[in-house]
Amino acid sequence: MKFLKFLLVGVFFGIVLVKSEAVSWYRIFEMFKFQSFHMYGIIGSAVLLGITIVYTIKKTKLKSIEGKEIYLPPKDKSVTRYLLGGSIFGLGWALAGACPGPMYILVGTGVLSMLVVIAGAVLGTFLYGVFRHKLPH
Amino acid sequence: MEYILKPWPWYVSGPLIATILLLLLYFGKTFGMSSNLRTFCSIGGAGKYADFFKFDWRSQKWNLTVVLGAVIGGFIAVQFLSNGAPIDLNPETVEDLKKLGFQNAGESILPPEIYSWENVLTLKGMLILLIGGLLVGFGTRYAGGCTSGHAITGLSNLQLPSLIAVIGFFIGGLLMTHFILPLIF
Repeated sequence: MKFLKFLLVGVFFGIVLVKSEAVSWYRIFEMFKFQSFHMYGIIGSAVLLGITIVYTIKKTKLKSIEGKEIYLPPKDKSVTRYLLGGSIFGLGWALAGACPGPMYILVGTGVLSMLVVIAGAVLGTFLYGVFRHKLPH
Repeated sequence: MEYILKPWPWYVSGPLIATILLLLLYFGKTFGMSSNLRTFCSIGGAGKYADFFKFDWRSQKWNLTVVLGAVIGGFIAVQFLSNGAPIDLNPETVEDLKKLGFQNAGESILPPEIYSWENVLTLKGMLILLIGGLLVGFGTRYAGGCTSGHAITGLSNLQLPSLIAVIGFFIGGLLMTHFILPLIF
């Protein structure tokens, strides 16, 4: 029962991302070509409402269902890791057309070759973990 | 029902994604899909090779459950909630893709030129997917988050690091789309 709510959030997430077409390689290509407002509209409206949600949560000190104060951990201060890591991520995002949520959703839509991308992503994460100390952060 | 079966416009989809952020925060968690990749490494025994993977992966079971749900959601959306309408891409995009060798852009969710087994089972096709995944996995952990963790959660929390990461996403994405994809295809 504890996990049912997370399962349902996942199902909802999967449906929304398919129906919004944000899981489509073509939409990502179109976004990076600046040829449609669609993806910018999705991310922009999500962030605008998200800012309102986070602000309201902090203002009203809303408690989670576990009764604890809702807390969003701040990200560490740095430029290098975000710019470099972000750019590497962007290269892969535009090549495979899938980021770490959609890759699972797309398996569900029946694209089993996406498992190759997932395998690559797990390997990439592993390599980061191994070489982390040698990278500028 | 007709409105559900048709593709959903951005002004419906975006706010619904923000709702996912709200639900996960309310459940005492945060929205971040890429963390699951690290969890997979940990389950697979990567802790033997790097301390980065030495953590109790069971604490992440909730997020793995979200992944399982996402797979099911993808199945439901395609099987029961779609009318199979092609993606309404900008005609210019379709034309640009045709020049790269992509036919019938938008007729399916993903281009068969990249994702059909016929292409995946060639050396070039396999490398495209493997390297694409590798860059996503490496980059997202290096940057400490992906589209959900930085672009949605981080920006909603007005985090400057997330803005820098999103700028990075675009530097990489623009390089790939405008300069590297034309070399590959």
